[in-house]
Amino acid sequence: MIKGLKFLAIIALVALVVIQFVPAKRNQSDIVPASDFIASYNPPKEVESILRTSCYDCHSNNTNYPWYNKIQPVAMFLEDHIEHGKEEFNFNEFGEYSDRRKMSKLKSFISQVEQDEMPLDSYTLIHRSAKVSNAEKELVLTWVNQLQDSLRNQ
Amino acid sequence: MKNLKPILGLMLLAILIFTVTSCRDTKKEDDHEMDQDDMEMEHDDMEMNDSSMNSSDNMAMDQNKSESDAIVVNYLELKNALVADNTEAAASSGKKVVSAFKAFDVAKYSEEEQKELNDIIEDAIEHAEHIAESAMDHQREHFEILSKDMADLVAITGTSKKLYQAYCPMFNDGKGAIWLSEFKEIKNPYYGSKMLTCGTVQKEV
Repeated sequence: MIKGLKFLAIIALVALVVIQFVPAKRNQSDIVPASDFIASYNPPKEVESILRTSCYDCHSNNTNYPWYNKIQPVAMFLEDHIEHGKEEFNFNEFGEYSDRRKMSKLKSFISQVEQDEMPLDSYTLIHRSAKVSNAEKELVLTWVNQLQDSLRNQ
Repeated sequence: MKNLKPILGLMLLAILIFTVTSCRDTKKEDDHEMDQDDMEMEHDDMEMNDSSMNSSDNMAMDQNKSESDAIVVNYLELKNALVADNTEAAASSGKKVVSAFKAFDVAKYSEEEQKELNDIIEDAIEHAEHIAESAMDHQREHFEILSKDMADLVAITGTSKKLYQAYCPMFNDGKGAIWLSEFKEIKNPYYGSKMLTCGTVQKEV
């Protein structure tokens, strides 16, 4: 019985080690394009920092990788997330969206954050600093709402 | 050697935790299977035929209209599924809206119109795709933006269907939302049976 357990544990350990050799694509880029959301709209410092820590990891071309994000199988799942996240809304490419799309992206942004759909629970569970408090939520939403109004009136 | 067992156990646990908690896509597929007794949708297909099409002398124009009609018909089907609180029907209509938009050819329009149309199509496809894979409340959120796209589309292409633009003042936190309908009578797709007759007709399209 104990021998069996030990055997299993060793297998699992070996698997964990082996899986580390699965190459992970890193989503990293030093270039901040002119189309970047923060660069274009200059949010207040607090809002900027919330966006960067809670959104940019999966919704931009540059992810911050704490050590646990480099470990497999976390890295694999993260890679998947980033790919999908950027497809939905890429902060770095916001300026390239058509006016119509900008408006609908902002709308989706607001409703996702309002309903606590974003940032994803599965993400904030590990990445505690990405969690947004109610006050932070309020701050971001107020600002994005203002931005939405100003874009609409352009 | 004695404490090997707990250590191994811990390792196993750690591996397990990693596998379980790593950010996996948690798509909440709480497809409330609302077995709405097969929505009594009065498909008013009759109206389509008798609408004395202002005998256009331009064949190309007619063709354009029928192409946008394919989008309109599928959009209305989607709208009716939302009126009936039917998530599944809305999802499958959403898919049809996506393919109708993809099949739409903008070549016959002026350059400026083409640009506008392409923007509309790109945005609309995205929202229709989301409708095809979301739960009811999200379907309705995306339907709101899709409806705006539809109104702008029809403003450019025209349609041979008689449509009404209706308005629901409550949706979207009281910011209001429009939709297009083949009925003059209000049947609210944003709240379905909860508030079926809430809303006003703004204009004929």
